[in-house]
Amino acid sequence: MAFTQVNPTRMELTKQKKKLATAARGHKLLKDKRDELMRQFLDLARENMALRRKVEADICAANQNFVIARADMSEERLHTALMAPKQEVYLDASRKNVMSVEIPVFAYKIRIADENDIYSYGFAFTSGDLDDAVKSLADILPDMLRLAEIEKACQLIAAEIEKTRRRVNALEHVIIPGAQANIKYISMKLDENERGAQIRLMKVKDRMLEETHHYSEKEVGYAVPLS
Amino acid sequence: MYKIAVMGAYDSIYGFAALGLDIFSVSDVREGERLLRRLAEGGYAVIYITEALASGLTQALSRYRGQAFPAIIQIPGISGNTGAGIAGVKKAVRQAVGSDILFEERG
Repeated sequence: MAFTQVNPTRMELTKQKKKLATAARGHKLLKDKRDELMRQFLDLARENMALRRKVEADICAANQNFVIARADMSEERLHTALMAPKQEVYLDASRKNVMSVEIPVFAYKIRIADENDIYSYGFAFTSGDLDDAVKSLADILPDMLRLAEIEKACQLIAAEIEKTRRRVNALEHVIIPGAQANIKYISMKLDENERGAQIRLMKVKDRMLEETHHYSEKEVGYAVPLS
Repeated sequence: MYKIAVMGAYDSIYGFAALGLDIFSVSDVREGERLLRRLAEGGYAVIYITEALASGLTQALSRYRGQAFPAIIQIPGISGNTGAGIAGVKKAVRQAVGSDILFEERG
């Protein structure tokens, strides 16, 4: 395991142990965050897909209605009819915090409360198909806004999941093993130093005793008569 | 209070004017890019853009992908559905999960 060069000191050991504890706690938290985000994301993504399919089909149908309406009217008349819209949509946007991801929440208000009072033109010079077309489009507006909300939330959560996953992986495969290796290296080195110091002390003690009591001379002196 | 914009070729979007959404008719990519920036900074929280126009603006769109506002949503134009919107959802799933496990075509 490749790890960065560290000084084998007690202070560094304490530092590395703290780092390992923080990393382990962060890893657990981030993993929980990732799992929860993923759970929410999967629900949202499914809803997003279903809503998008519906909205796309509805818009295509509405477009067909407009084509039919257009076939019946001159272009100028159509433009005039839609030139000054009666209805107006105001959007109230706020943010909701989902696992530290700020996702938008839209609430919309329409100027005219009556949902059926949407036709900005007199009925004398326009075809009935245009009414149908405008109505079909007005019906899908709530779905379109919900789609905008969900699709944006999906995109933001997806980006956050990717970020969190990288962090979890970095902690799991780089930071934590690195700290563990450092701790092992430092404690081995410290143990080794301690053993070294102990041996040195024993040797010094031996030498000091030797100087005081002259054991080796006595040993030799005792050995001579025997031989 | 935010507003809603619809961008694209005039034929694809003129109907939305009747609903009270602001329509911006563009067909040129460069003009679209300028307009998109103007709208994004101009108090529009939701921008619907036709798939046909969006296909030329991928770089500009990705700039706003990470921001909460505006939400830029692709819608099919008058010429039909190109599947770009669905592809966008699949892209988000791939980004989050690593592979498209939800909507992959089972053959």
